[in-house]
Amino acid sequence: TFFCFHSDIYFFNICLEDCLSSLWKHILHVSDAVDASSEQIFLWSDTFQLVSVKLTKAAGQDLEAKELSVVLDGVDASPKCIAFGREGEYVASVKEVNLQVFFFKRKQLNRFSVSTVKTKSGNNQFACIACHPTEDCIATGHADGKIRLWRNFYHKKDYTFSTLHWHHDTVMDLAFSMEGTSLLSGGVESVLVLWHNESNCQKDFLPRLGSAIEYISMSSDGTLCCTLHTDNRITIINSNLRFSKSIQGLIKSRDVKTGLVVDPRTKALVLNGEPGHLQFYCLQSDQQLFSLDIVQRQYIHQAGLNQADLVKVAFSAQGKWLATVEEREEVTDPELQLKLWLYDEETQSFKLNTRINMPHEDHITDMCFREMDELEDDSLILVTAGRDCVFKVWVMVEDTDPEGSVSWSCDFVGSYHNYQATNCCFSEDGSLLAVSFEETVTVWDSITWDLKCTFCHPPGKIRNICFGRLTCSKYLIGATDYGFLCCWNLLSCALEWSAHLNVLVLQPDPLSEHIAAVSWLSKESSLFVFKPNEPRPIYIQRNLCKEKIQLAAFVPRDEPETIVSEKYHWLRRSQLFFLTDTQVRNSEVGLTTLLHTPAHVLPSASFLCPIFINSLLISKENKSAEEVADEVEMESEKTEDDSDEERGVTEMEQEDTSAMELLGEMTRKLSKSQEKELRKIRKMDYSWISAF
Amino acid sequence: MATYKPVVVQAFPKLGERITKDTAYWRGYKTPVQIKEFGAINKIDFSPVPPYNYAVTASSRIHIYGRYSQEPIKTFSRFKDAAYCATYRDDGNLLVAGSEEGSIHLFDVSGRAPLRQFDGHAKPVHVVGFLSDKYRVFSGGDDYSSNLWDIASATEIASYSEHTDYVRCGCASKVNADVFITGSYDHTVKLFDARTKSSVMTIEHGQPVESVLLFPSGGLLVSAGGRYVKVWDVLKGGQLLVSLKNHHKTVTCLCLNSSGQRLLSGSLDRHVKIYSTTSYKVVHSFNYATSILSLALSPEDETIVVGMTNGVLSVKHKKPEERKEQSQKKRQPAYRTYVKGRTYMPKQEDFCVSKPVKRVLRKYDKLLKSFQSSKALDAVLEPPIRLYTPEVTVAVMQELHRRGTLRSALAGRDEKQINLLLTFVARRVIEPRFTPVLVTVADMITDIYQPVVGQSAIVDRQFLRLQEAIGKEIDYQEELLEVLGMMDTLFATFTEKRATYLEENKSNGLTETIETNTNN
Repeated sequence: TFFCFHSDIYFFNICLEDCLSSLWKHILHVSDAVDASSEQIFLWSDTFQLVSVKLTKAAGQDLEAKELSVVLDGVDASPKCIAFGREGEYVASVKEVNLQVFFFKRKQLNRFSVSTVKTKSGNNQFACIACHPTEDCIATGHADGKIRLWRNFYHKKDYTFSTLHWHHDTVMDLAFSMEGTSLLSGGVESVLVLWHNESNCQKDFLPRLGSAIEYISMSSDGTLCCTLHTDNRITIINSNLRFSKSIQGLIKSRDVKTGLVVDPRTKALVLNGEPGHLQFYCLQSDQQLFSLDIVQRQYIHQAGLNQADLVKVAFSAQGKWLATVEEREEVTDPELQLKLWLYDEETQSFKLNTRINMPHEDHITDMCFREMDELEDDSLILVTAGRDCVFKVWVMVEDTDPEGSVSWSCDFVGSYHNYQATNCCFSEDGSLLAVSFEETVTVWDSITWDLKCTFCHPPGKIRNICFGRLTCSKYLIGATDYGFLCCWNLLSCALEWSAHLNVLVLQPDPLSEHIAAVSWLSKESSLFVFKPNEPRPIYIQRNLCKEKIQLAAFVPRDEPETIVSEKYHWLRRSQLFFLTDTQVRNSEVGLTTLLHTPAHVLPSASFLCPIFINSLLISKENKSAEEVADEVEMESEKTEDDSDEERGVTEMEQEDTSAMELLGEMTRKLSKSQEKELRKIRKMDYSWISAF
Repeated sequence: MATYKPVVVQAFPKLGERITKDTAYWRGYKTPVQIKEFGAINKIDFSPVPPYNYAVTASSRIHIYGRYSQEPIKTFSRFKDAAYCATYRDDGNLLVAGSEEGSIHLFDVSGRAPLRQFDGHAKPVHVVGFLSDKYRVFSGGDDYSSNLWDIASATEIASYSEHTDYVRCGCASKVNADVFITGSYDHTVKLFDARTKSSVMTIEHGQPVESVLLFPSGGLLVSAGGRYVKVWDVLKGGQLLVSLKNHHKTVTCLCLNSSGQRLLSGSLDRHVKIYSTTSYKVVHSFNYATSILSLALSPEDETIVVGMTNGVLSVKHKKPEERKEQSQKKRQPAYRTYVKGRTYMPKQEDFCVSKPVKRVLRKYDKLLKSFQSSKALDAVLEPPIRLYTPEVTVAVMQELHRRGTLRSALAGRDEKQINLLLTFVARRVIEPRFTPVLVTVADMITDIYQPVVGQSAIVDRQFLRLQEAIGKEIDYQEELLEVLGMMDTLFATFTEKRATYLEENKSNGLTETIETNTNN
């Protein structure tokens, strides 16, 4: 019942590590443990202390902090490492190999520790903790996959524990059922384990939940349970371990190798989703349209396994054909597969047409379709460039069998002086193919496959190439490793202009002549928009963000916007989206989210997933946390592009406050604080209306 | 929540012929019936009228076989020496045959003794036939002459001595009663008109002509001789249309199928090739045990009869339409048992319970699903899978490797199982589609069982076999590379060298343009 009303609720999580690094403080709200007149809030800060705050309700919405007292010292940063026991009688916390329990009534602190044993499967450090709702029992999860159930911890010496072991890797989270009869645990295996009666032999599984389970939470009536996954998804599960619903937006993939590609048919952003899947993400509605299983193999959720993943994606001009490359890194030679998918009108989905094993001897670096009128099918060709120093041209051939179906086969193999082919791209009319071989760009006639001419700009290898469009179709743009952006004229075969710019991303707008280049200079990313026919950029945005921008994509608008400003005229037909990376501790690529996500309503959020909801709150707002918990209306950071247009930002947000009455001020603080760990920047057109 | 995805077994495109409409059609024949004749079968001719009996000329006899008879239903054996080229008349009532002694015999199909005998050839007569007016017979003999005979009077009407070698084949035009052609070992095909005194057209085939054939329209002529089958346009004065060289020994016989869309040729190389008469490409081919001398196709393509040098007659009948037989053979449950309840529309108050579709998993998939690596490997090493679908075994091995459990699955096996594994690996490791995976497997096995080498003679032998197989393959690959190198040098000398000009243009420090012009 809890979720039924809110089937269209939007949840999202932010990596806790990121929050911590920005010194946000986490708040755990214990509604059960407080009496009616006053509220008690425990919060722990980056000093790793658990502090108790007594709050009394004052007039209006403000709550006043009255009393502060340190409860526990040396608390782990993660909220999973703290739990409140039976009706708030005690609080338990784990860190490394230590477990400490504090009894509120007796003001007694008990410390226990497990011996530091390092085994093959990992150490036995504590990873998470949960307390039995009715009995004095603490369950702790360990890094080696064991679950320990502690009892009798009133006594410092006579405590006992029993062990449950199923997980082979860290137990990420634990939760007791409401009656305490069963225990739920989850981990990297992405299997939800239900332990009955705390015994080792009675357990049920809900396997293949998609990705590692980060958090588990039970609803108050015990009928539902929900798991939060590392890939930014919430799964709602019935009490009898039946999958009921999944809530997902942009799936966070470990590594967005495919780049940002726009599906010409749905205008959705296409990128890596679940392992081995391709997600089609609608930017307008912040929804995943669908997920296409490309690899079609069982994904084993286990660290250190080397499994096939999707690395390259290309759509033909009308979106009729989809080409994907998947690879599996091997010690000796990589395992590669090129797959071609045909859109099936009947099922409204892509259907596998051709599978090519080992299309290249080595990794495929780039892939593109010849974008021509698809009415004549024989004009459609695919080019793949590989590190094995060749590029290959694939064409459709008609099968001789009675059905007359088509399949793809290799038509031409081109190479240039045994250099690795790094990029390839077709001119707008499809007559020329440019392939970059390390330092050199070669231009080929796409009918006879003759080498027409070559360009190079010596001291650097070519990083990106693209042809100009429309009126600028006689230009070829290339970006090199040592910071040059070059524009060659294809008619005179000479360098038209070049600029000193360390370009990371070069992205042409499919609907206009404009090309966006994102540079990385002195630890900040800058955006330059230019037309190939003149070396002076028409738009410069310095200090776009502090992280390296990895990928960018132009997404065509449904209808051209009317933009008055000359400066932003290039955004008339399409919008530009970026994907940044954040080097989180273990160099994990943080995927981003979101701007202008629809408002989301999370009633009784403290129950559902207290951790991540609260992680969104800033410490300054803790006074209003209670109200927030009751009804949160969140507008995600609407990030302005121009930091010098602060005024414009606030105005812009006021224009768009339909869904952010409550937290408007907070949002503004967020955007001002420039905490840009995880997010996508969306260039909202009205963000610069204020420029006038 | 996703369901378990079964292991993907890589399908590899089958090498060899692709299944086309033609292959499907020509494969629709039953296994051949073999009938032993007394000598080499030089001619088979189908009666043009039902029940389509056929006359087989072999040695000194002419046997008439019925459609499904294994025994001749009639025999003409009034020949002193070999008989040649027994041919039916268009109405199927008369049969004419040449003979070694030079006389031509005309039989009534229902009679036994010859109705007429035409004497005139001094040497054996290898080819005889009726003209399409039914009253005349043409013949060609080893005395280099082609004669024309009147049936009623048994007299020679004309004699053409234009060939300079044995006349061994011929045929009459179906559209013109006066026209017939003969092919000779003097490499020519001559077209005769009974109304003229000499041949009207001579076609130079280039090899001794073994068989000729006129298309029903009379416009195209096919000649076979040596390894070539050549098609000529008669109406254009004998212009060569196409020359087919698909056999590697002499082509001995030609025939058209009933629709005229396909041309069949039989050869001493034991093959029958079927050509499309529009593209003249080989669309299908049959092979036989020995060299083929004669070939015939019954009307409606119902039967293919091939005669061979060792006197074996191979008769293939078309398979009957399958559907009819099935319905008679086995009474299946009534249709309504299948659709029972399927069409039921739920009423308003009905409570619908959907039944989950049960997916059937193979045994190894079930084991893989529950992470039982060793057992999964055992399951795919069972004889039927290991022997008939090795790709499944290899796919499971690959999947185990992907999961990082291949080593533990391979370890801990007894002598018998290692023997089994090594036999499989040694046999399949040289197949290119399995090589990458099996090399890893072989590597692991050697690693794991290195300590026990020398303890079991069987296992040691298998290791040696594996070593031998890999050694052989390496030698083979080296040879292939050598051949490739040779071919490269050959190609390099053949292809025209491309002149490449490099123009370097250094106007300033930043600009450098290299232009490559390609000349043809």
